[in-house]
Amino acid sequence: MIKLNLQFAAVVTWAAAAFGLAAGNTAHAAGAVCLPFGDIQADATNVDTLQRGAKLYFNYCASCHSLQYMRYGRLAQDLQLSEDDLLKNFAFTGAKAGDFVTIAMPKGGRGNPPGSQEWFGVTPPDLSLVARSRGVDWIYNYLNAYYPDPSRPIGWNNLTFPNSSMPNPLWELQGIQEHVVHGHAGDAKSADAHADCSPSAFKKVSEGSRSAEQYDKDTRDLTTFLEYVGEPAIIKRESYGVWAILYLSLLTMLFWLLKNEYWKDIH
Amino acid sequence: MARPTASSASGILGWLDQRIPVVDFWNTHVGQYYAPKNFNLWYYFGSLSLLMLVNQIVTGIFLTMHYSPTEEGAFASVEYIMRDVPFGWIIRYMHAAGASFFFIVVYLHMFRGLMYGSYKKPRELIWVLGVMIFLALMAEAFLGYVLPWGQMSFWGAQVIVSLFGAVPYIGQDLVQLIQGDYLPSGATISRFFALHVIAMPLAILLLVVLHLGALHEVGSNNPDGVEIKAKKDSNGKPLDGIPFHPYYTVKDLFGAGFFLCIFAFVVFFQPTFGGLFLEHDNFIEANPLVTPALIKPVWYFTPYYAMLRAIPDKLLGVMVMGGATLILFLLPWLDRSPVKSIRYRGFWSKVLLFTFTASFLILGYLGSQAGTDTTTFISRICTAIYFGFFALLPFVSAWDQPKPVPDRVTMHD
Repeated sequence: MIKLNLQFAAVVTWAAAAFGLAAGNTAHAAGAVCLPFGDIQADATNVDTLQRGAKLYFNYCASCHSLQYMRYGRLAQDLQLSEDDLLKNFAFTGAKAGDFVTIAMPKGGRGNPPGSQEWFGVTPPDLSLVARSRGVDWIYNYLNAYYPDPSRPIGWNNLTFPNSSMPNPLWELQGIQEHVVHGHAGDAKSADAHADCSPSAFKKVSEGSRSAEQYDKDTRDLTTFLEYVGEPAIIKRESYGVWAILYLSLLTMLFWLLKNEYWKDIH
Repeated sequence: MARPTASSASGILGWLDQRIPVVDFWNTHVGQYYAPKNFNLWYYFGSLSLLMLVNQIVTGIFLTMHYSPTEEGAFASVEYIMRDVPFGWIIRYMHAAGASFFFIVVYLHMFRGLMYGSYKKPRELIWVLGVMIFLALMAEAFLGYVLPWGQMSFWGAQVIVSLFGAVPYIGQDLVQLIQGDYLPSGATISRFFALHVIAMPLAILLLVVLHLGALHEVGSNNPDGVEIKAKKDSNGKPLDGIPFHPYYTVKDLFGAGFFLCIFAFVVFFQPTFGGLFLEHDNFIEANPLVTPALIKPVWYFTPYYAMLRAIPDKLLGVMVMGGATLILFLLPWLDRSPVKSIRYRGFWSKVLLFTFTASFLILGYLGSQAGTDTTTFISRICTAIYFGFFALLPFVSAWDQPKPVPDRVTMHD
């Protein structure tokens, strides 16, 4: 009995260690990434959050960033909106319910009419799976970590994603926050410039249309919407899981009783 | 071979049994297969491996209905399965997490064999067939990992296939033969698809049948390493044996239920397992122009990957990595201990097995991390320990003083 328990303990310890490794690992870009605003506790099963996030996405993001694996009809279904309402409010390209969320912006490049290649240097990436590749914490921090940087061609820089080609799309909402370099004045490119990875690295210099709390909530809603877009099944996955595990637990208990019944005469 | 007596079964079973030996088969492998009565927790992992094989085949069949083995369609078809195919996400998560669970139970099953000396005479062939299953499974997992055509699929394929380039003289030709191209491409996807869904599963199924056939010929080992066939009752049945059915069928049903609860938890609540089972970079479509910051295999390959990285020379590294798996074949002939089970072996045998296991786990961790001078140094030490286990085993097992082995198996519960 003691031996068996030791072995059982070993397996349980192993499993616990593995689960521990899996937990708390929601931001996953390689290397040291600055996430000054910490974790986001996203709840992609909240339809109100998803609706608000979708509204922000289609107003501020969807003109440049496609969601190439997401269909308008599926969005309507999961966001509990009618297809007509959704298409009228979100589909600015004359798309139909079965269509994917694409963008109208031309790609540009050599031999083509000017497009995103010329305007931004790169085509804005598709964001269908960004929550899965970057993680929700990364997106949330990224949306909050913009600051003006005259040394960049586009005039903006970002503490979470340094030197990206993306201007702050939400500056009207957020206002403008400057990057404060403690102790090392001036040189934003020095290694020390990014040493402070906390909200104190920023100083608000102009107000946006939303308060700090409201903007924080906006970015949480938007991030949560992208988490849903990365995995639409997420809105029902865990509720299915509860039933699956409940069923399997009952079955396992029955098997346990059956096993004991057969084994009671084995000594 | 003609059977001595006509079938005693009647009805449909009797009709069938006169034409094909169903009753005989059932009795040999289940109904009258006597297994030691003292199996412990470790003995669940054999049947659980079979369960995961069935899981992979069944979910795999449904995935092939919707997957597109082309360069243009592969990545998008996986997203199609995840989004548009009804319950496609459950099937895909069961298959992807299933691969990891398959390796978990297989590694534990193999460790059980190491602990209780299950590879020793007369079970050498069972072990050899098992190692062949392990190798086939690694090939199957690698081929399958390439199919979703994410960044890690592409770059993983690039790294692993390029290892064949280390073969002298024919290396580069071999790489092109395997890939069907100069780089991993659509040609690679279609041939890997064929190998993943037809060739390797057929090989694995055949090997599993042989593995079980060999097991049922010589009989199962047990935690005491006592041969139960040595002590029989007046009917010729082992005194410490019990019929596999119903005793172990119901016990394994319980084990399967318990295991499936854990499996379901991962599938429904942690399907990517924090990036261990489904890696984050693999949600980015393959792009030959962008190299990921860290190319690493899935966790079950990382011990061997760490060995590969620890060796400065490519050909030598490939040989060490390959040798680390092939050396397992020799185990039955390297172990010269008179006893099987770790329970009755001497102190130094235990130290040897523990150090070996620890080095393997450390290698697994290091293989998943970015390489530094320190990790390379530790990897080299652990690689030396890994091979040292096999080098020292003949001496330690012969010289270490074993404890007395009981005549009959002992029961702990």
